[in-house]
Amino acid sequence: MNPIILGPLVVAGSAALLALVISLVDSVVNNYGEVTIDINHGKKLFKVNGGSALLGTLASQGLFVPSACGGRGSCGACKARVLSDVGPVLPTETPYLTPQELADNVRLSCQVKLKKDIAIELPEELFSVKKFKATVETIRDLTYDIKEMVFRLDDPESIAFESGQYVQIVVPAYGDIKEEVQRAYSMSSRPGDSGRVELLVRLVPGGIATTYVHKFLKEGDSMELVGPFGEFRVHDTPTTMVCVAGGSGMAPFKSMFYDMRERGTFPEKEIWYFFGARTTRDMFYLDELRQLEKEWPRFHFVPALSEPKPEENWTGDTGLITDVLDRYIKDRVGKDKGLEGYLCGSPGMINACIAVMTNNGIDQSNIYFDKFA
Amino acid sequence: MTPLINPVTLFFASIFTSNILLSNFLGMCSFISISKDWKSSFGLGMAVTVVMTITAAISWVVLFYVITPLGLEYLSFIVFIVVIAAVVQILEMVIDRASPALYLSLGIFLPLITVNCAILGAILFLQIRSYNFLQSVAFGAGSGLGWWLAIMLLAAIRERTEKSPVPAGLKGPGITMITIGFMAMAFIGFSGMIAVQ
Repeated sequence: MNPIILGPLVVAGSAALLALVISLVDSVVNNYGEVTIDINHGKKLFKVNGGSALLGTLASQGLFVPSACGGRGSCGACKARVLSDVGPVLPTETPYLTPQELADNVRLSCQVKLKKDIAIELPEELFSVKKFKATVETIRDLTYDIKEMVFRLDDPESIAFESGQYVQIVVPAYGDIKEEVQRAYSMSSRPGDSGRVELLVRLVPGGIATTYVHKFLKEGDSMELVGPFGEFRVHDTPTTMVCVAGGSGMAPFKSMFYDMRERGTFPEKEIWYFFGARTTRDMFYLDELRQLEKEWPRFHFVPALSEPKPEENWTGDTGLITDVLDRYIKDRVGKDKGLEGYLCGSPGMINACIAVMTNNGIDQSNIYFDKFA
Repeated sequence: MTPLINPVTLFFASIFTSNILLSNFLGMCSFISISKDWKSSFGLGMAVTVVMTITAAISWVVLFYVITPLGLEYLSFIVFIVVIAAVVQILEMVIDRASPALYLSLGIFLPLITVNCAILGAILFLQIRSYNFLQSVAFGAGSGLGWWLAIMLLAAIRERTEKSPVPAGLKGPGITMITIGFMAMAFIGFSGMIAVQ
């Protein structure tokens, strides 16, 4: 036979034969039969086919544990406490678990393979997490690198969440990106407007999701959202809120303020909102928030620029947001009801603000933040 | 060529006198990176031994019943790589099912082994040297154990050098490479005692 034909035939033939053997072995060896997943002591019971990872199996049952990497064991987000015996912790998990979590048998659900009945504990709020099919309704440039995206929810048609929570957007494979990824964004829309989700997305050079949103996504496109997630929310106390944000960290606060205003919740809370930017080019929602300040006496808005140019005619505060914050807490903010901190922005900004707040007597346990890199 | 060499002799020769790692320098990458830790070295060495023995047997069958009769020796590389990948894949699934403890100590290294050149090297040697089936299996098992022995020795030495006053510039890879050189020289002392070529 012609060697040009024979060669590829032999290679393809042996590869096909081995693939067949692999899939045969897979169907026999990897068949663990039906297993039961018991979540939170019988609150939810799933009967599923074993053999795959806990994360994916839960997702197939409509229970979405947050995961940024999609189950490759590279983000460490999909933690779940396992109550039954599933074997020792794998070396792929240990880098993401604290000693306390190891002691509590917290595992990464993407690395736990379902072989027999399992009992786990998950935060109750995950039960309300759903996957939404959505359509991009509008895209608006807020600054040169931040876009406001409004999604209309198609299926299910509405979302129940608390201001401050986030959703994950499912970015499909595109261009050189070969795998679907999920990224988290805080919702800037009000819970009252439950048929829509608004997100503020800043372009991160080289970022997979932000590049997709900024360069590829158009109005009318479909997108999948998973949520709501997160613990960041307004705490039900009469204490004065000191909120600090930078860039797209505006999102959860926008949702909180307009929601409190609309529903009149937490009526005793005084609100101070510090928003830092470098120049007016990075500033947005200025008119809207100043308008809100005028109409709503307990809300105080302090926008500040760190590097204003003379030609910008900036009349607001200047200086690093931490310095402005320090000045205001010392001189202007009323402290008779006590203070609690709410922060959203880059890790650097958050750490600096925590330092300023603790130096001014705010207890670390009263500082809440949403850190994103 | 000595095709009539006794399989038992060949087995011991490939462990000690012609150690695949220290006389042919095959499988160096995982040898250096994993040998930091005694336990991992043991697991990886055992995984190499198992995979090498099985792939040697299967490859011999493929070689003498498919490749040689059809005159396709030029395809042996690609076919062998496919065989190794498939064997590793199947082995991983079987171990995962059969023994979780074994999977934890050995199974997690299996994906590393797919790209371990010592495995492919051993198969190519058995082709070049025209071993028969028993010799191939003995050579595969012996080479695997030889690889295991070498990485265990290095891991033991590295546990010591970790705590020794090594000059700053030589810490880590530097002193490891020098150690491997000495080990290779020591093993060269055995060479020629048994001719395996």
